[in-house]
Amino acid sequence: MMFSINMQHISKRFGNLRANDGVNFSVQQGEIHALVGENGAGKSTLMNILYGIHQPDEGSILLNENLVKLETPARAISFGIGMVHQHFMLIPSLTVTENIILGNELTSMLGFINSSEAERTIEQLSDRYRLPVNPRARVESLSVGQQQRVELLKLLYRNAEILILDEPTPVLTPQEVEELFHTLNNFKSMGKTVILITHKLSEVMAISNSVTVMRRGKVVTRVDTVSTSQIELARLMVGHDVEFRTVKTSPPSSMPVLVVEGVSAQSDRHLPAVRNLSLSIAGGEILGIAAIEGNGQSELIQVITGLRKPTAGKVVIKGQEYLSSRHHPPVSHIPEDRGKQGLVLDFTISENLILGRHQEKNFSGLFRLFNEKVESNAKQLIQVYDIRPPTKHLRVRNLSGGNQQKVIIARELSKNAPVIVANHPTRGLDIWAIEFVHSSLLRERTNGKAILLVSSDLEELLKLSDRIAVMYEGEIVTIVEAKNTTERELGIYMTGAVKRGA
Amino acid sequence: MFDSLISFAFLSQTLRISIPYALPAIGGTFSERGGVANIALEGILLIAAFATTVGTFWSNDPLIGICCGVGAGMVTAFLHGIISVTLKADQIVSGIAINLLAIGVTKFSCQLIFNSSSNSARIVGMEKWNFPSSIPLLENPFVAGTVVVLIIAHVVLFRTRFGLRLRSVGEHPAAAESLGINVSRVRHAGVLISGVLAGAGGAWLAIDQHSFTDGMSAGRGFIALAALIIGKWTPLGAAGACLLFGCAESISIQLQSSFHGLQFIQLIPYIITMFVLAGFIGRSIPPATIGIPYEKEKH
Repeated sequence: MMFSINMQHISKRFGNLRANDGVNFSVQQGEIHALVGENGAGKSTLMNILYGIHQPDEGSILLNENLVKLETPARAISFGIGMVHQHFMLIPSLTVTENIILGNELTSMLGFINSSEAERTIEQLSDRYRLPVNPRARVESLSVGQQQRVELLKLLYRNAEILILDEPTPVLTPQEVEELFHTLNNFKSMGKTVILITHKLSEVMAISNSVTVMRRGKVVTRVDTVSTSQIELARLMVGHDVEFRTVKTSPPSSMPVLVVEGVSAQSDRHLPAVRNLSLSIAGGEILGIAAIEGNGQSELIQVITGLRKPTAGKVVIKGQEYLSSRHHPPVSHIPEDRGKQGLVLDFTISENLILGRHQEKNFSGLFRLFNEKVESNAKQLIQVYDIRPPTKHLRVRNLSGGNQQKVIIARELSKNAPVIVANHPTRGLDIWAIEFVHSSLLRERTNGKAILLVSSDLEELLKLSDRIAVMYEGEIVTIVEAKNTTERELGIYMTGAVKRGA
Repeated sequence: MFDSLISFAFLSQTLRISIPYALPAIGGTFSERGGVANIALEGILLIAAFATTVGTFWSNDPLIGICCGVGAGMVTAFLHGIISVTLKADQIVSGIAINLLAIGVTKFSCQLIFNSSSNSARIVGMEKWNFPSSIPLLENPFVAGTVVVLIIAHVVLFRTRFGLRLRSVGEHPAAAESLGINVSRVRHAGVLISGVLAGAGGAWLAIDQHSFTDGMSAGRGFIALAALIIGKWTPLGAAGACLLFGCAESISIQLQSSFHGLQFIQLIPYIITMFVLAGFIGRSIPPATIGIPYEKEKH
């Protein structure tokens, strides 16, 4: 069998961590190959080695049966390897053309860039592969889907024959995912090789020809997609049977706990972000918000949690209005960015567990913290929320993402506030941590809390929410019952293609 | 009095004053566009002024002196590059260290060479050019040179391969590296260019004054830094801001000769700076990774 890529016995250590341990990885020319595994399984490390960003400690790489050394990305590029990173490697202030040609500029003798020529080439590529984009637009003005096209064009401009895509879909709407898959199939039919890193198994089944499963730095199996199933892959990924049950027991009460009335707010750039928005959430209800990034959902959350002053409207929690009062609203907030908004990474677990609650009478007097109380609080929460390692004085920076999230959830939920706001609560977590977050939220739902859930993972929204509100340009376009809708339908509303009642 | 403000002498004085602001400001644009904050401009000006004085004094040729000044500027900038790009130390701390070092080194060497820690001997100046005699303002080779540098700088930054790469490593070094660009090398180049131009600015200070005096850079490096921010990190904008300062300073010099003893007139340039900074210009957005050393992600 002819392999276009053949990586043999690859090992790579970072300090004590064996990121890759004797990995064999091969892909045939002209196929779409999925590389799956949980966070930390070593997928990205392996691909970074193939792209020349990291050097393997051991092992060899063969491209088309020839032994190669890939010391730098430039070298990998010269062998026709291209990679779209999970976080796009685009420079927002530059134009599409500048981003694409960077590093491979067409220049005249004096080093002047020939941009009209470059634009023509890009237009041709974008026609040929059906990736429409305006070469003169600045990248910061593009949607995420368009930015991804720019990334793909970057590879095509460099004549890449092997395209690596690292988790390309979480940022896309369902329609954009469909388009992307269409493009990838297009690549395949033109003889290009595609490697898709993902942990969404439905996507693996939908598009790939073969799949490699990794766990803890090792390859567990390599199979043809047709001869496996989603359930089997899930089992191989985590190492044992996976059985998730999310049962919503009680129906929501009829008493609204959180009421948002006619709220308008501006973004950091003083543009209108939320426009005259109203919603209400009952006790024991989860309201999901589906929206493409930047449609006002972040600003709405900031208003509800008291972090942003609205220009109009009010927020009422259990009958009390909170905007005019100087007290923070009683909201448990699981913020979007763990490291930046939820934790002080260089503080210990016990310190982080009282952040924002340090002035409560339990924890502090006029001049000092009651250390014994802080410690006993930490001890208790670490146990209840199963934070690992259970070391109170460990800096939070040294915890895994999942355990960092547990610290936040422990702190916020133990406040026992009537309203919970969770913004992308499972972003970047592995299967077990996701399950923990989901069951925590569902438990609070049973306890009668009003929960607002923002997530770009539509599967998650459908699974947890009672109702889903779709936001577009600062307004709620529609509110649907979660059990009566689909990802596809939500996607259509999210792009603003259909207004309510239309 | 007001006649004198629009006179030829006033214009040429404004240009003369603007040069030691504009050259380091244009240079600093290159360093900062590449993501390296350069508050060492002040120290570079001072060291270059001293090197120019020594070179001219020994050779009796201002051209050789200027080469010494530019060379010294480059060496000092390279030091800043080594500390902040290669060794990834804090760029502000490195800049402060270089500024303090410059004060000490020049004073000490001045004592050794000229037997006085505050003043050098007098050096020869530059002859006027005959070449563009039809444009009298350009007869000073430094003024003409600065205009040429300005145009080249703007074109290089926005139209060439090097300029694109420099801007990319300042905005998103990981992206640049993923496309095979050597981030450190490009950043070093940006810092070196700032050294060459700030060195030329220092050379002009010494040549214009026919000597070196202790601390003669007198905060011009910091004003240059303010100018490049006001100019939104573009050479043309920075030079424009420098002209504004030069003009304000000239006005204050003119007014001082008319109203003796009114000390606050000397404040005019600084007040203008504050007003301009406070909002006439609007928000200026710095290169995204300025001040942050680039390190590869571990995994």
